[in-house]
This record gives sequence, C-alpha cells and structure tokens, in this order.
Amino acid sequence: MLFAALCTWQIQSTLPPRGSLGFYNSLLVDRFAIYFWYLFLGGAAISILMSAHYLDVEDEDHGEYYALLLLSVVGMMCMAAGIDIVLLFIGLELMAISTYVLVGFLRRDRRSNEAALKYLLLGAFSSGIFAYGLSLWYGLSGGTNLAVIARAVSALNPHNPVVVIALLTTMVGLLFKIAAVPFHQWAPDAYEGAPTSITGFMSVAVKAAAWALLLRILVFGLWPLRSVYTPVIVIVSIATMTGANFAALTQTNTKRLLAYSSIAHVGYMLLAFVAMGTSALGSPGFLDGFKGILIYLLVYTFMNLGAFAVITSLRQRNVIGDELDDMAGLYQRAPLEAALMLLFLLSLAGIPPAAGFLGKYYIFLSLIESGHYALASLGVLYSLFGLYYYLKIANSMLMRAPMETERLPVSLGMRCAVGVAALATIVIGVYPEPFIRGVNWSLGIAQSPHVAAMIK
Amino acid sequence: MQSHILSIILFTPLVGAFVLLFVPKENKDAIRWTANIFALAGFLISLPLVPMFWAQRFLPGFKFLEGTPNNWIPSIGAGYNLGIDGISFLLIMLTTVLGWISILSSWTAIEIRVKEYYVWFLLLQTGMLGVFMALDFFLFFVFWEAMLVPMYLLIGIWGGPRKLYAAIKFFLYTLLGSVLMLLGILFLYFHHHTVTGFFTFSIPELYKTAPMIPFQTAIWLFVAFFIGFAIKVPMFPFHTWLPDAHVEAPTAGSVILAGVLLKMGTYGFVRFSLPFFPAVVSHPKVQGWVIFLSLVGIIYGALVSLMQKDMKKLVAYSSVSHLGFCTLGIFVLNSAGVTGSVLQQINHGISTGALFLIVGILYERRHTREIAEYGGISNVMPLYATITMIMFLSSMGLPLLNGFVGEFTILQGAFTANWRWAAWAAPGVVLAAAYLLWLYQRVFFGTVTNPKNEKLHDLTPREILTFVPLIIMALWIGLYPKPFFQILEQPVNQIVQTIHNNSNANAPVSAQVAPAPAPPATVAVAAKASN
Repeated sequence: MLFAALCTWQIQSTLPPRGSLGFYNSLLVDRFAIYFWYLFLGGAAISILMSAHYLDVEDEDHGEYYALLLLSVVGMMCMAAGIDIVLLFIGLELMAISTYVLVGFLRRDRRSNEAALKYLLLGAFSSGIFAYGLSLWYGLSGGTNLAVIARAVSALNPHNPVVVIALLTTMVGLLFKIAAVPFHQWAPDAYEGAPTSITGFMSVAVKAAAWALLLRILVFGLWPLRSVYTPVIVIVSIATMTGANFAALTQTNTKRLLAYSSIAHVGYMLLAFVAMGTSALGSPGFLDGFKGILIYLLVYTFMNLGAFAVITSLRQRNVIGDELDDMAGLYQRAPLEAALMLLFLLSLAGIPPAAGFLGKYYIFLSLIESGHYALASLGVLYSLFGLYYYLKIANSMLMRAPMETERLPVSLGMRCAVGVAALATIVIGVYPEPFIRGVNWSLGIAQSPHVAAMIK
Repeated sequence: MQSHILSIILFTPLVGAFVLLFVPKENKDAIRWTANIFALAGFLISLPLVPMFWAQRFLPGFKFLEGTPNNWIPSIGAGYNLGIDGISFLLIMLTTVLGWISILSSWTAIEIRVKEYYVWFLLLQTGMLGVFMALDFFLFFVFWEAMLVPMYLLIGIWGGPRKLYAAIKFFLYTLLGSVLMLLGILFLYFHHHTVTGFFTFSIPELYKTAPMIPFQTAIWLFVAFFIGFAIKVPMFPFHTWLPDAHVEAPTAGSVILAGVLLKMGTYGFVRFSLPFFPAVVSHPKVQGWVIFLSLVGIIYGALVSLMQKDMKKLVAYSSVSHLGFCTLGIFVLNSAGVTGSVLQQINHGISTGALFLIVGILYERRHTREIAEYGGISNVMPLYATITMIMFLSSMGLPLLNGFVGEFTILQGAFTANWRWAAWAAPGVVLAAAYLLWLYQRVFFGTVTNPKNEKLHDLTPREILTFVPLIIMALWIGLYPKPFFQILEQPVNQIVQTIHNNSNANAPVSAQVAPAPAPPATVAVAAKASN
C-alpha cells in the first residue's frame, strides 16, 4: 500500500520532464503514460485494501500475493509507456504471468485452479499469436520502435496480405487482452474463479493496461491502417455488446455477472474507438472518442472496484458469498454497504449523477459527433440490458428478505476501499470538471509536435 | 441582481434528506416529524415565489435566472443554470404542494424502513423540482434520470405484491425513452456548435439554433424526443408501465407519480418538442398522428377504466385518458389548446392526486382495493364521502370545478383547429363521468353490504389536512381561473408564435450563419435575451 502511494508521489515529482524518452528510445514517459500509471496505481491500491482481510479469511495470506500484484503493475506501466514492441511485449507478459499466478492463488479452491489453468492456456496462446504479429511488423519495417513501424506502414499498401495478416494477428492479441467477443471466453471463468480481490483488480487495472497497449499500438503505431482495422472493430464492438449483455441477463453468480458486464463495457469503449478510427487524427471526434475511453477507464476503475469490494466483503469463514442469493437482504445486514453498492450499480448502468454517466456520455458524444447514429442507438439500447441485470442485484440486495440476519462484519481496509471508490464515483459524477481537465492534459501530448512527428 | 429563491426551493428537500440520515433509525416518530417539517418547509419556502412571480408575469423570457451557461462543467458546456416561466412556475408550485401532501399522507401508511422511505422521498422531490427549473439540457437530463432512482425504490421496496416487476418495468421503460432523448440532445448540442461556433447545453441558446435543423433530420430528432416524453406521459401505446407502477406503488408514490412525474412528459413536449422542432410539429402528418394517439388514449383509457375491478387501477387508467387531453391540447398548436393543456396538467395533479389519496385511505383501513368489497361507505364515513364527491366531480370536469376549465379550453382549442378532433375527444368527458360516478355509486351508495366495513372510522384531522389545499385549489381554478390564464399567457404565446413563424417557412433556414469563434462572454450575454 505504502509502496503504491510512494510511487504515485514519485511520479508526481517526475512530471516536469514530460514526454521524455528512455531506455534507448523504447520507453516514452508522456502524459498519456502518466495518466495510465495513476490509474494502475489507484486500482492496485484499492485492490490491496480489499485484499488484506479477504486473504486472511481464505487462509492464503502470503506476502507473495502483494509482490505479484506489484510486479504486474510494473508490467502494466511498461505497457502504457512503451513505444518499442519488444518492451511492450515484455510488459504484457510480466503482467500476464503475474496475473495467472494470482488467479490461481487459492490453491485449495478447485475453481481457482481451473480458472488459472484456463487463463494460462488461452493467454499463452493469444500471446503467441500476438508475438507472431509483432514479428511480422519487425519484418515489414525493419525496426521494433512504433515510430519506425508507423513510418514504414504508411508507405505500405494497406491491403497487402502480409500487412493484413500482421494487423489481424496483432489485433487478436489485443482484443483477447481486453476480453472482447469473440475472444472473451476466458474472462467469465477467470473472473469467477479468481480470488475476488483479484477479480476486481483484473477487471480494472489489467483491463486498463490492455487498453493502453491497444491505444499505443493501434493509434500511435498502426494509425495509417485505420481504414482496415476500424471495420473490424465495428463488428467486434457490436458482437461484444450483444454477446455480453445477453449472457449477463441469465447469470446467477454475481462475479460472473459482473464479468459479463465488464465485457459489455469493453463493447461500449470499442464504440468510442470506432468514433476515433473514423475521424481524422486530432479532430474533435477523434479527441472526444479518446477522452471517452480514458474517462470511461477512470470511472470504471472506481465503480467496478467498489462493486467487487462489496462482493469481497461478503466472503466470510463459512460463506463463499458470490451467488446472487448471498446478496439477498444485504440492506438489513450492512445498510451502508448496500447503499454504496446501489451507487456502484447505478453508476455502472450509467445513471447520473453517478460517475458512470460521464463515461457513457462521452462515448455517445463522440459517436454522434462522428456521425454514427445507428451505433449510438444500438449502444443506448444495450445500456438498458445493463440496467436490467444491475437492478437484479439491487433488487435482491434491497427488496428481498435476508437469508441470515446477523450483521456483516466489515474490516477496516475494506471500509476504506469502498469509501474511496464511492467518494470518487460521486465526486467525478457531480463535479467532473477537474477530471475532464486531467484527461485533456494527458491528451495534450497527442497534439504536441513530438508525437505528431512520431505518428507521421 | 440574482435571486437564489429557486436554488433554495430546489435544495430544501435535499437538506431534509441529509438531516434525516442523522436521525436514529429506531425513533420512527422523530423521523416522521423531521420529514414532515422539511416537506412543509419546502412548500412554505415556495410560497414567496407566488407574489414575486405575479409581479413579473407579463415580462418575456425566463425569470429568476440563476447561474450562467457553462459554469458547471465548462469543458463540455454544461451549466448550473436555473430559471422559470409561467409554465414551470405552475408545475413547481404543484410539485411543492403535492410533495408536502404526499409526505403528510404517509404518516401511518409506512411502517417499515421508515427512515429510508422519507430520505428517498425527499430526494425525489429535489429531482422533480430540478427538472422543472433546469435551463441547461445537461442539468435537466441529470435530474430527469436521477429522479427515476428514488421512484424505482419507492415502488420496489414499499410497493404491493408485484412490486419487483412493476419497479423494473417502470425503470426500464422510462430509461429507454430518456437514453434516446440523450442522443437527440447531443445532436442539438453539435448542431449549435456548427452554427455558432461554441458548445453549450443552455436551453435558451439552443432555442435559437434548433429550428434551423433541416426537416429531414429534425423529424428523427423529434421522434427521439417524442418517445422519451410519450413514455413518460404516457401516451397510448407507451402506457403499459403505468397501471403496473400505480397499482404497486405506495399511496404517496402514486400521488407523486400521477401528480408530478407524468407532467414531466407533457412539460417536455411544451418546453422542448414545440419550440425546438416547430416545422416538424406543424407538419400535418406528424400533428395528425400525435393527435390520433392522444384521441385513442382518451377513449381507450376511459373505456378500460370502466372495466376495472380495482379502484387504483381505475384511477390509473383514467390518468391515461386525462393525459390524452393534455397532449391533444399541446398538439393542436394554438394558444387556447396549449394554455388549456398546461392548466389541465395542474388540474390532473390536483384531482388525480386526491383520487389516489382517497383510494389510499380506504386501502389503509381495509387492505383491499376491490370495488366489490365495498358499498354504502357514505353511511360510515360521511365526511370522506363528501370530499370524495368533490374530487370526483373535479376530475370528471364539472363546471365550477377545476377540471371543467382545463378540458373546456382544450376542447375549444381543438375545435378551432379541427372540429373533428374536438368531436372525438368530447366522449372522453362523458365516459369520465360514467366511470367515476359508477365507481362512486358502487362504493358509497346503498347500505353497508360487507360487515367488515361497518366499523370504519372517518377521516382523521391529518387526513383532512391533506385534502384541504387540494380542495381550495380545485375551487379556485374552477371559479376564478383568470390569474392562471394570465400567468400562462406570455410563455404560451411565445411558443405558439415560434411555431407560427417557422411553419410557413417550409424550406427551413439552413445553417448559413458563419461559425464565428465566439468568446465565452457572449454566452452569458446571449442567455439573458432568452426571448
């Protein structure tokens, strides 16, 4: 915890040298990277707060857990800041391997073991495909730096089969990591089986890192190919929203339900990416889409971690606590937690004034701005599905009689985690101005000559 | 000089909700007293608005402006910007009165989770007031959606047997409408930017640019807004959530639902659909369809009411019929129609609010709403029977009571526009008399047939108090409606004028104004001239 806080402070002090290159031009610490670093650290910090008591309950309280968590944060930071495909890949693997272990951390729990194995196999497979794509880029451009690749790619014919194969294999790797349909099958199982605190961590920090990677590669590196990949993203985003929302409707396990809901959220974010991909670089539509994704990740970090924190606190010595029925009557057992869970759920559903609305707002804003009226309408339609399954949780929480009447003991760390998440969800929702400014600041770099030159 | 009266009215219930959080849960009476004090305070604080507004009733534009455009979230052009005209003034007064009455009426009706109940109710009150006060589309939308949450919980926690179903249905239906509206709002926002060069959600600003949208686009926007408002009203065929929500909701929830929430839909039509899309609403085909739906709603709602065995469901369907009159009045697009419609919205809030209270009082005593369970109630509860009669007569539109004034004005407007519309709407009045009088006859007249009803006690002073303001208002509007017409005159004429000016120009003004990089200062200046 302290370490994460210290890192945050450390970054704060290194802010002035904005956009400095390091490690033989493989690392670019720009505002984009710093924004994501804050996200990772925030997510990790809240996850650690959630974990302490939970691990104790699970009888798996080992120091390695925190080491792995922080190691994966290092990997994420490389993913957000790297502009060399080798470093990006190393970061990705560092994060992924740490997460595989964390998913299987509950050694005595068969679900956890199964989830870890499944995640490992599929993850390794997708990494292989991703590495294959990256190696093709190296072959096509003769360099591993994204700037070199971008320059080489703009000279190539975008419909050259090798280019298309390289692009598609790279995208498979990226889409797998953000868990977009049809590369999402690992997510519900891994989320359900993993320790709940890790599920929360995976659904926000790991996902944000995957998004950072995707934006780095597709926007900074392969932007000249956007006419090729944007149609693919359109199809994937529709498939993601459809598949995830329909699947979530019938879930009875809250962790699994939230897993599908997080896939659905990826679908919405992909919509914003479509808006970006169909607008000129630096145009208002592009920037609003970009902002949409960044803000969405920000609000999502808090609201989703908050929701998972409440679910984590349901785990007691003799109760697993991740079924929808375990939520029943939570209001009677822990009124404050239930009220905050309601806040998180409404925020996830995008109801103002909770923060989630702001994320949705920016996504639809960018879609309307770039003229995708049909996609926008589809998106709002699916947000209704979202509301339905979030209300299912709310209903059992607030309107059903509790199975057990004793009050739910909530540890101090957990209280802090839920409190921070709730506070952020409300503050971002009611007074978003500073946060929007923050995102604008982090995007400022995209217009500065430094990166603009890189993209060319 | 900026007066802060609107903010004070808006946030009094919110403060009340906050204070309630610190009252211990076990002390139910303390909670009730606190909630009622804040509800009454919310009403009393809104009273000074009456003379203040009266003094400037003929002045054009929005009054009591607060805040400036874009002062809340400058990055996206949203502002905390409040202001009212005659239409929103009346609806705000209705909201504060009904909010107080509903909270007063829940004293004995709510026995479980009392604290939460009042907290949510007060939050709901703030949300509703915000909808009527907001002059910024972003702010409006936030209130519009945020208000759904307390209502959903009121139905879902304190509702009847099928409360879960009704609560989710209510939430999903209304959200469907509002998300489509959000897309429409965003389009207007970007259109405003193309025309003027700056981003703002300020409604008076959007008034200026929205009519320039070409017809082919405007019709889609109109549909997006229309669905949102029509679900809220609810117009036939979007009404199916209403009977469920009403039947399951607790009495006070029904009162607010019928009295205020439904008015948001009609308010939306008057405030947004008409001035934003004048060319679309005055297009004969669009107008014809909307009026057709209104007429179907009037007749259908009345016929279904006739068939009901459950009193609350009867009143719920009668709302569909009455709101049909309101939408009819709006879309005949002349000043008589629109004035009558707004007045009828107030009347409906008074009468139907009272009807739900009446049903609630019987329900609290007998725990059934089956009409067949009752009979001869006037023998045991004479005072109750009298008040019920007054409210029934008001609801069915008997002269000298409020309903008559509203319906008459609407029919007059409809007749001026097209006599066939008036002819089709008129049976609604007759049918209203039929289902209400028949209900009265079955419940109140005759001898007491059911022995369970022999021991019913008449109204308590608290219950009488809930009816007093409603009866006063009903008589006032019925006997001397002139002040109300005066209040509505200016805003209504302005809307009708906008439509008249734009409907002739069949080739809509294209966005030929050069996008000028306007400095932010002009936003504030421009917002003042909202006429």
